Amino acid sequence: MSDRLSVLKTYKLYVGGKFPRSESGRVYEVTDSKGNWLANAPLSSRKDARDAVVAARKAFGGWSGATAYNRGQILYRVAEMLEGRREQFAAEVADAEGLSKAKAAAQVDAAIDRWVWYAGWSDKVAQIAGSANPVAGPYFNLSSPEPTGVVAVLAPQESSFLGLVSVIAPAIVTGNTVVVVTSEKSPLPALSLGEVLATSDLPGGVVNVLSGRVNELGGPLAAHQDVNAIDLAGAAADAELVKALETAAADNLKRVLRPRNTDWTADPGTERLLAFLETKTVWHPTGV
Amino acid sequence: MTFEYAPAPESRAVVDIAPSYGLFIDGEFADAAGGKVFKTVSPANEEVLSEVAQAGSEDVDRAVKAARKAFEKWSALPGAERAKYLFRIARLIQERSRELAVLESLDNGKPIRESRDSDLPLVAAHFFYYAGWADKLGHAGYGADPKPLGVAGQVIPWNFPLLMLAWKIAPALACGNTVVLKPAETTPLSALFFADICRQAGLPKGVVNILTGDGSTGAELVAHPDVNKVAFTGSTEVGKAIARTVAGTDKKLTLELGGKAANIVFDDAPIDQAVEGIVNGIFFNQGHVCCAGSRLLVQESVQDELLDALKRRMSTLRVGDPLDKNTDIGAINSAEQLARIKALADAGESEGAERWAPACELPDAGYWFAPTLFTGVTQAHRIAQEEIFGPVLSVLTFRTPEEAVAKANNTPYGLSAGVWTEKGSRILWMANQLRAGIVWSNTFNKFDPASPFGGYKESGFGREGGRHGLEAYLDV
Amino acid sequence: MPTTVPAYGKEAAGRLASMADVTASDGALRRFLHGLPGVDAVGLQARAATLGTRSIKTTAKAYAIDLAISMIDLTTLEGADTPGKVRALCAKGINPDPLDRGTPKVAAICVYPDMVATAKEALTGSGIHVASVATAFPAGRAALPVKLADTRDAVAAGADEIDMVIDRGAFLSGRYLSVFEEIKQVKEACRREDGSYAHLKVIFETGELQTYDNVRRVSWLAMLAGADFIKTSTGKVAVNATPPVTLLMLEAVRDFHATTGVQVGVKPAGGIRTTKDAMKYLVMVNETLGDQWLTADWFRFGASSLLNDLLMQRQKLSTGRYSGPDYVTVD
Repeated sequence: MSDRLSVLKTYKLYVGGKFPRSESGRVYEVTDSKGNWLANAPLSSRKDARDAVVAARKAFGGWSGATAYNRGQILYRVAEMLEGRREQFAAEVADAEGLSKAKAAAQVDAAIDRWVWYAGWSDKVAQIAGSANPVAGPYFNLSSPEPTGVVAVLAPQESSFLGLVSVIAPAIVTGNTVVVVTSEKSPLPALSLGEVLATSDLPGGVVNVLSGRVNELGGPLAAHQDVNAIDLAGAAADAELVKALETAAADNLKRVLRPRNTDWTADPGTERLLAFLETKTVWHPTGV
Repeated sequence: MTFEYAPAPESRAVVDIAPSYGLFIDGEFADAAGGKVFKTVSPANEEVLSEVAQAGSEDVDRAVKAARKAFEKWSALPGAERAKYLFRIARLIQERSRELAVLESLDNGKPIRESRDSDLPLVAAHFFYYAGWADKLGHAGYGADPKPLGVAGQVIPWNFPLLMLAWKIAPALACGNTVVLKPAETTPLSALFFADICRQAGLPKGVVNILTGDGSTGAELVAHPDVNKVAFTGSTEVGKAIARTVAGTDKKLTLELGGKAANIVFDDAPIDQAVEGIVNGIFFNQGHVCCAGSRLLVQESVQDELLDALKRRMSTLRVGDPLDKNTDIGAINSAEQLARIKALADAGESEGAERWAPACELPDAGYWFAPTLFTGVTQAHRIAQEEIFGPVLSVLTFRTPEEAVAKANNTPYGLSAGVWTEKGSRILWMANQLRAGIVWSNTFNKFDPASPFGGYKESGFGREGGRHGLEAYLDV
Repeated sequence: MPTTVPAYGKEAAGRLASMADVTASDGALRRFLHGLPGVDAVGLQARAATLGTRSIKTTAKAYAIDLAISMIDLTTLEGADTPGKVRALCAKGINPDPLDRGTPKVAAICVYPDMVATAKEALTGSGIHVASVATAFPAGRAALPVKLADTRDAVAAGADEIDMVIDRGAFLSGRYLSVFEEIKQVKEACRREDGSYAHLKVIFETGELQTYDNVRRVSWLAMLAGADFIKTSTGKVAVNATPPVTLLMLEAVRDFHATTGVQVGVKPAGGIRTTKDAMKYLVMVNETLGDQWLTADWFRFGASSLLNDLLMQRQKLSTGRYSGPDYVTVD
C-alpha cells in the first residue's frame, strides 16, 4: 500500500465557460451517503445565479443560431469526453448515491448513452415538432420549433448524474442555453460535468452549473425577468417550493415544467425535448 | 358631383335578440343563483341589446359539475361520433352565419364586412378542421391513444367573441374534453347564440356550458378545483394573474395574450401591398387585435414615400355604422377601452410624437376613435411599448436589417411580426431572427384553422390551431 | 406635388421631357422600370376583391349607372362589321334607351379604321367621340410603317381617339426602348394637319404580359412615351380586363401623376358585362384616384354588352321593377 497522499480537487462552478468560485466566497461540505467528507462545494449566491443568466443569455444567440448538425456534433463530442472520464464519474456517483461500483457504472453508462440519444435529436426535432400547414388560401405556411431561450434547470436531487444529464441534454440540444442548479447534496458529478463541457467544443455559457441550495437559488431564477423557462425537477419533493417558484415564474410568463415522479432510468421520451420549444409560423403569399 | 356611397345597411331583422338571457348550464338556460344581471350594449350607439346573467361562484360550481358529469360519456364516445357533432356545429354555423355576423357586429361594434367575410367563415372553418381531428388523435404525434384532460375552463376576450369561442371549444371537444366557457363581459351574446346551436346539433347536455359574467366570474372559473385545463385569451396582466392562480396545481394552462407587433417595411417592399398590409395590420377590427401590427418600422430611405401613401390610404377609410356594408372601421368596443386608447394617444402627444388622423366625422353616440398615426416615435415612447389595442399606429424608422430586428424584438411581447421586402433571402433571415410566434411576410393578419397561433415571451404560451393546437387539450 | 396637366395638353410634353434621362437608353429604361416597386400578386388581388365588396345602393347606384354609361366606349370590332352595323351602334350610343331620353350618351364609339368615316358621320353633332383601333390591332404584328399608316388613316378619317396595341413580343423579350419608341411614333402619327392630336390610348394586352410586375412596368413605359390613356386589353384574348390589373394600372397612373403632374386616363376593356362589374371598377377609381378621374375624360369602359345591363338596372331603379332584355335594344 502506497503512503502517497492524494491530490484533492477543488470543485468550482462552471459559468460562462470559466470556473469561478462563488462570488460569496462560501462553500458547503459535501459528504458521501455515509456522511464521510468528500469535498467542499461552492455555495452559490443569488449573484452567481444572476451572472450565470447573463452568461447563458450571451451564449444564446450563437448557440441557437448554430446549425442543428453542428449542435449534434458538439453534443456527441461531449459524450466522447464523458466516455473517457467514465471511471471518475462512476466513482463520484457511487459516493454520492451510495451505489455499488457496478450499479454506479451502469448509471454512468446510461447517462452517456442518453447523451448520445439526445445528440442525435438535434436535426430531427424540427421534423417531428414542425408542420407544413395547408391553409385555405394562396399562402406558403410553415411552422417550425425554435428554442425558448434561457432555461433555468433545477436538477433532480437524487439522481446526481443520470438525472442531471436527462434534464440538461434535451434543453440544450434544441438550442436553449441553461443555468443548472445541481443536486444540493450531490453536486460533485455535476461540477465535474462542467469540466467535461469545457473541453468538448461546447461554447461557454451554453451550460452554466451552480451548486448550492435550491431554496436560495430557485427563487431568484424563477423571478429573473431574463429567464424564459424553468424546469422544476429538482424541487419535486417540496410542493410549497414548487408553488412558490411557479408563482414567481408567472411574472414574465416563464414556461414552467412541473416536476413529476420520474424514473430517470426509464426511456425519457420526447417530453423534455419539446418542453422548451416555441412554435414559429411563417406565412408568405404564393403568386407570380 | 362626387361619388358618395349611399348608406348600405345590413338588415338587422335577420337576428332576434331576446330581452334577457340566463346562463347555459347542463343544456338549460337558467338565472344566476344570485339573481344578478347586467346589460350588454351596442358600442355603436349605446343601445341596450339585452340583459344577461352574472354568474357567481355557485353558478361556476354548478357548471363545472355539469361538465364533469358530461365528461364521462363524452370522452368515452368514439372519436368519429364526437367528430359528427362538431361537423354538425360547423354546418349550423354556416347556415346561421349571416344572423351571427349581424349579432357580432351589433354586440362588438366591428364592421359587418369583417364579421361576415372574416370572423364567421373562420369560425365555421375552425369547427370543420377540428371535427376531422376527433377520430385521428392517435396520428397527431401525441402517442397512440392520447387522453383528454377533463373539464376545460375557458375565458375569452371581446375582440373576436365567436372566433375565440371556436378556437377554444372546437379543439377541446374534439379531444374529448367538456367545457365551461366565459365570454367577455361586453360581448356575451354570440356565445349564448352558440348555446342554441349546441341545442340544434343535439350536443349532449353539459358538454358545453356558457357562463356570462365579468372578470370575477372568470377568476372563479379558473380557480375552481375541479377544472383540469385553463385556457385564456386576453391581456397579459390577467394572464399573469391566472398563471399565479394555477401555480402549484395540476391544471394545464395555455395563454394567448398581448402583443406589440412590429410591421417592418424595407425600401424594396411591394409598396402598395405593404400599405394595405399596414392598414390591415392596425385598423382591422379597430386595432382590437392582439397580433395587430401596432409598430410600423420603416426603412428611412423609403419613409416619406411610404407615409405619404399610408396617409392617402387612411383618408379613404370609412368610419361609422358597423352594420353598413361599406364601413371599414367600426366602433370601439367599450367606453373603458376608448378611455384607454385616448389616454395612450394623449401620452404619445405629450411625449413628443406627432399625431395625425384623416378628417373623419365620428358619430355622436357610441364609442369612436379615428384611425390615428404617430410619427417621430422612438422605442422610449409609451406608444411604442404598451399595447394600445386600438386604431393607433406608431411609426419608427430603421436603417439596417440588424437594427430592424433589434427594435422589433425589443419588447416583452412576442406574438407576431410583419416583414415586407421583395428579397426572398432577407425574408427568411428576418423570419429566423424575429422572436415571435407568427411572422407574416408580405402579408399580415392572416388566420387559418390549420395554422398554429400563439406567442413567445409575455405573449403567452401554447398554440391554437393546427396539429399543435391539440396539445393544449390532451394529457401529454 | 407638381400641378396637374392633362396628358393630351401641350404642357405634358415638357413634364415628360423632365423624365428624359430614364428613357435615354435601353439600359436606363430597363433600370428605371425594374426599379419600380414590385407587386405582390396575392395582396393586389386581395385589395381588388375587398374593393369589390363595396355595396353601391340607391342614390349612389343611380349616379354610378349614369356615370358608367357616359364612360362607355361602345365597341364593335368584328370581321363582319358593316356600315349598317356601325350606324346602328352609333344610334344606340346617342340614345341608349329609346324609352328614356334622359339617359346619358356613351363616351365614344370604337371601331376599326375603315369604319371611322361611317361612324364619324353617324355621330355628327352628338359630341360622341370616334375611337379607332390601329397599329395592326389586335396582334400588332406588322412592320412599324404599316402601323403608322394604319394610325394616320384613322386620324385622317376623323378619329378622335386612337387605341393602339403595343408590341408584346418586344416587351416580353426586354426591348423596352423599342416599345417606347413605337408608342412615341404612333403618338406623332396621331397629329392632325391643324397640329392638334387625336388622343392616344395604349393597349397592353395584359393577359399576354402575365405578371403584375410587367403591368406596372408597361404602364410607366407607356405614360413616359406620351400615352393619354392606358388600356388593359383588346378583348380578343382569353384574359381581358380584371379588377386587379385595372387597380394596378390605376395605381401606376396615381404614382405617375404624383411624380410628373401629368394626368393619364385608364380604360379597362373586355369582359366587363354587368352593372355589378362596372360598379366595382368605379369604386376602384373612386378610392384609388378620386373624383378627378371619375369622368369620361379620364376613365372609360371598353365594352359592348355592358350597356344593356346598365340600362336594365337603370330602368329597375326608375320603375321599381326588374326589366328584361326585350326592353333594351339589341344593337
